[in-house]
Amino acid sequence: MDYYLQILTNVGIFITLTLSLNLINGYCGQFSLGHAGFWGVGAYASAVYGVYFALPIDPAFNMAIALSVGFIAAALCGLLIGIPCLRLKGDYLAIATIGFSEILRIIIMNTESIGGPRGFTNIPRWSNSWWVWGTALLVTLFMLNLKRSAYGRAIISIREDEIAAETMGVNLFRYKLFSFIVGAGIAGMAGSLVAHDQQFLHPNNFSFMWSVCILVMVILGGQGSVTGSIVGAVILTILPEILKLIGSDVSTWRVSIYAALMIILMLTRPQGIFGPHELFEKKKYQKGLA
Amino acid sequence: MTQPLLDLKNVTMRFGGLTAVKDVSFSVNKTDLVAVIGPNGAGKTTLFNMITGIYTPSEGQVLLDGLSLNDKQASDITSLGIARTFQNIRLFNNLSVIDNIKIARHTRIQYSFLDGIFKTKKYRNEEKLIEEESLKLLALFNLDSKKDLLAKNLPYGAQRKLEMARALATKPKLLLLDEPAAGMNPTETKELSELIHFIRDQFQIAVILIEHDMRLVMEIAEKIFVLDYGNLIASGNAFNVQNNPKVIEAYLGAEI
Amino acid sequence: MSQNTIYFFWDCLQYLINGIAQGSLYAIVALGYTMVYGIIRLVNFAHGEFLMLGAFCGYFALKFHLPMPVAIIASMLGAGIVALIVERMIYRPIRSEGRIPALITAIGASLFFQYTGQLVFGADPKTVPPVFTEVLYTFGEINVSNIQIFIFVLTILILVFLWWLTHFTKIGVAMRATSYNLKAAELMGINTNRIIAFTFFLGASLAGLAGILMGYTMSVEPMMGMSLGLKAFVAAVVGGIGVIPGAALGGFILGIAENMVAGLYKSSFRDGVSFFILIIILLIKPSGILGKNVKEKV
Repeated sequence: MDYYLQILTNVGIFITLTLSLNLINGYCGQFSLGHAGFWGVGAYASAVYGVYFALPIDPAFNMAIALSVGFIAAALCGLLIGIPCLRLKGDYLAIATIGFSEILRIIIMNTESIGGPRGFTNIPRWSNSWWVWGTALLVTLFMLNLKRSAYGRAIISIREDEIAAETMGVNLFRYKLFSFIVGAGIAGMAGSLVAHDQQFLHPNNFSFMWSVCILVMVILGGQGSVTGSIVGAVILTILPEILKLIGSDVSTWRVSIYAALMIILMLTRPQGIFGPHELFEKKKYQKGLA
Repeated sequence: MTQPLLDLKNVTMRFGGLTAVKDVSFSVNKTDLVAVIGPNGAGKTTLFNMITGIYTPSEGQVLLDGLSLNDKQASDITSLGIARTFQNIRLFNNLSVIDNIKIARHTRIQYSFLDGIFKTKKYRNEEKLIEEESLKLLALFNLDSKKDLLAKNLPYGAQRKLEMARALATKPKLLLLDEPAAGMNPTETKELSELIHFIRDQFQIAVILIEHDMRLVMEIAEKIFVLDYGNLIASGNAFNVQNNPKVIEAYLGAEI
Repeated sequence: MSQNTIYFFWDCLQYLINGIAQGSLYAIVALGYTMVYGIIRLVNFAHGEFLMLGAFCGYFALKFHLPMPVAIIASMLGAGIVALIVERMIYRPIRSEGRIPALITAIGASLFFQYTGQLVFGADPKTVPPVFTEVLYTFGEINVSNIQIFIFVLTILILVFLWWLTHFTKIGVAMRATSYNLKAAELMGINTNRIIAFTFFLGASLAGLAGILMGYTMSVEPMMGMSLGLKAFVAAVVGGIGVIPGAALGGFILGIAENMVAGLYKSSFRDGVSFFILIIILLIKPSGILGKNVKEKV
């Protein structure tokens, strides 16, 4: 039972993470390959709160504070990284974000007070599946409503054509930075949930590999699609568990198959399962075609 | 004397060693319909890019209602009232026709970000209004029946029209059209010239167009500016420009 | 000058020399990255895995008591052939889909080789059987090994070769034409598919060469391509991606900086240095030290 509950919790965390990257990558079209870095910053920041500054209050309140700490810390990192990096485009931005997330990891690695290379232990367990799924639900609603507001439309127009968006009065830098900060912040909340669920953090859990995994979840579902992100996160979190049942040499086979799927997906359906559309609006835009 | 709507004062644009536009001055009044013509590479699109803030002029000033646009960002210039279309159509391809129009309303949005996230009454009322107005605008261009189509699935002519509708949705005082007739057949061009007239009269705005189709230019432009190698070599009405020896030389080459 | 200060300078000189030797390896790998990027604007994440596969080819050759030159050729050919297959099967079909899907595919290919490599070869590092003995030359307080000198000289020779190839041969001119404008090159009758495949082969065989050299000085393992590949890629970007001398320059800068920081400050910051330099360069001049700025046409 515990095993299934753990998978369920992981699914919820990855839905949150995938949606947060979808804001940056799918909505705004900015290619970030360092998302795990924000995840890690949120996790470590809220763990620091839990270990060194926890208030003697109900765990539920502490968890709420930890979530805010995770959000703010990661969002601040997003701001610091976003201001210089968002001038860059396409693969250059991707490279810069890899660079930053690796630097963050190395800084964590070299900070003894948060465990350094041994990992951060004794984090209080405040989180549970209610927190995880509550966060996932709120983030889903946020993303759906954002998409249907003028502000979401402005962000999406940047993905479609930067110059046209600017000519329509969209301040590119402001909206890119906004997506970057909020996306980073939400990833930080996911980090906070992980920290207070597993009670142990290691810098390598937030390496480049994980940035890639989150990205693949976004791409599989379809960049810009909220339902797509959810489906992508569910499939790719559960699939490895299923593969675990058939494979003997677990982790290695898993990544091999994962990687092969990634290539096949790109070759056959590069826009992902849903493209930029949602599950239930799929028919609408095709109506006029007939 | 009334203030002109758009005023270009000795505008120059250099890219490294290349001077794309050199010391150009002209002005456009409210509800003027003017054309900028000239051979390929004469600096016409560069001129548009300077007016819309995509480039900042190396020298000189662009004024809208007497206000300098030099230090303004492209997005701010849109809210001040300049809209444009592009030579190679730049629509939001993966969005529906009506969403393309709605995005253009961006600078006039009243509700706040949180209104949008929590779907407050203010949000719903304003979105309803935007929807209605967008549909009305699309109807003017006969695009209302295609409102849910993705922009990339529209036929070429309709894409050009949508781009114009989108520019108008920003509620501009000045509309810049970059080669609107490119790739159109004579019937479509005829329709286009009526449409441009109609836009000017209906919305009471000034229109500047860059165009290679001389029949269209001569038919609708009240005033024509001719650029050659970045220099403004002639200006005036269709008759004056057609008979200006410098213009003939620019287009046909010098007589030997 | 006190005794300490003198030792400090000797130390610096030693780190500089180690840095140049390591930078040479980065440079060789970065050249392949840069050539592929230059021609199809693809950041080939699997380049490090070409290196790893090449290293394994060389490792097995040496295991079967073949001489070093044969092992080097085996490494280069092995990596090159794998690159040809990957290019033909994966990168060519994805090319028309745009840059981001291609980039994701490359990441997928990279992961695939890393982990499948672990299944096939085992995850443990393998020591390459020694073929020639390491000789240390001592100058004052510093040591230089014959292998370091060999690698450095080899890098210079490769640079000269590439310069000759791209400027004075028919295929080199075709490569430059393709990199300048693929469509136009095609219209000029250049078989661009073949040129791209050749570029992949050339880049990967250099990676294979670096792979066996690195395997020889350290060890061979399936994950060896990842960090080296990422570093080499950073080197290519720092020098100006798409520019051949830039890759070499970036490689040397990175190698020297890493050894200096590791030696003078803390070795756990070694990996951070390259990314730090990367960020600085991207902020000051995104196209790299020797790169050209490109402006989007409206």
